[in-house]
Amino acid sequence: MITKRIIACLDVHGGRVVKGVQFVDLIDAGDPAALAARHAREGADEIVLLDITATHEGRQTLLHTVRRTARELFVPFAVGGGICSADDAAQVFEAGADKVSINSAALSNPLLIDAIGRSFGAQAVVVAIDARRDPQAADPVRDAQVFVQGGRKPAGRRVVEWAREAEARGAGEILLTSMDADGTRAGFDCELTAAVSESVSIPVIASGGAGTVDHFVDVFGRGRADAALAASIFHFGVSSARTLKRQLSAAGVSVRLPC
Amino acid sequence: MRVTVIDYKAGNLTSVLKALRHLGAEVEVTDADPALVESAERIVLPGVGHFQSTARLDATGLTPAIRKAIARGIPFLGICVGMQWLYARSSEAPQQPGLGHFAEACARFPESHEKVPHVGWNSLEVRAGSRLLAGVEPGEFVYFTHSYKAPVTADTAAVTHYIEPFAAAVEHANVMGVQFHPEKSGATGLKILRNFLSWDDRGTT
Repeated sequence: MITKRIIACLDVHGGRVVKGVQFVDLIDAGDPAALAARHAREGADEIVLLDITATHEGRQTLLHTVRRTARELFVPFAVGGGICSADDAAQVFEAGADKVSINSAALSNPLLIDAIGRSFGAQAVVVAIDARRDPQAADPVRDAQVFVQGGRKPAGRRVVEWAREAEARGAGEILLTSMDADGTRAGFDCELTAAVSESVSIPVIASGGAGTVDHFVDVFGRGRADAALAASIFHFGVSSARTLKRQLSAAGVSVRLPC
Repeated sequence: MRVTVIDYKAGNLTSVLKALRHLGAEVEVTDADPALVESAERIVLPGVGHFQSTARLDATGLTPAIRKAIARGIPFLGICVGMQWLYARSSEAPQQPGLGHFAEACARFPESHEKVPHVGWNSLEVRAGSRLLAGVEPGEFVYFTHSYKAPVTADTAAVTHYIEPFAAAVEHANVMGVQFHPEKSGATGLKILRNFLSWDDRGTT
């Protein structure tokens, strides 16, 4: 039976893992290679490394971090942040990533999805979408809007429609972050996740708002998520992937238990 | 031990090379050297992506070289599309023949309410006698990402259930294939690759 994936997310800034609340107030949370290895050992099904302040000068730092993190990692490893071209993606793959996550670059140039998919396969392309409900809309969930620049600027696209386009262009997975829920530890946006998951055939990774085991049970059930991302919940020992998975299993969610 | 990894430009080899080296293998990569392939001690054919990309094996003359190497009895492991290529063909690229070492054809998962591709960690029902999957216990999981799959037959070494039962691994003497990615399947995957690296024709694995 296919299991629900728990993905550990490392937000990286200048070669260190950091965590903030709604993308501000960054706190140092450690070394990416050490944390990735620990999460994998504890049973995380996948590691995502997001360079949250990707700049041109930071590219070499990022590639170095990716290389170091990938070295002893034998679970799927995705990398995002500042990937603007198929060449950028190729460098990240060469450094040891299995997937790249692209966000604003795909919005400004949707052909980037096609290009990376053609060269490296759809399974290597994750399209990350930062979403906010639209309180003004008749249906705030179905009409949720895509945001860029760390959730500050609307991209002028609807989330569901953009997810469908990404799939049609050859994305292998959607990483959906609720900017409303992110960093709050008050639970995932299950309605929004379900709306996207039911609109596409590719897996949807829910992100933003993880705080308790019940939140994960909820997003895998009601939210129809195929995978869920957690960052801060792990970093300070709030809950390890091992504890989380044991509790999910007890709650009837099919997960891969670590050996 | 020396392992020849074939690069036919179907995705990224980095992870496979890293896992083999981690296990102590001396790895050489070739994309167009039939002589090297023919004289290989062990061959790994990785691959993610489209069945059509295996056309490059024909164009570079590697297909007959692989056939000869297999006939010499050296261990061969196909991963993902590399496993599917061992069959006669795939509906993903009907004009492109596979190696035909196994007579059946690969096909897409049927339409259902489940998502296709099949992405994530799933379990294996290992059949008795598999040397490649020796030591893999019930409750161990491996990582899949694919939309096409091989049917369950007498040569199937492990069955996985998603929409319908399919061959997660195939094995007949020295020719082995896995639909999942052992290089991305944690300790279980490394154990399977270690079995492959220690496979010999005396059956001591």
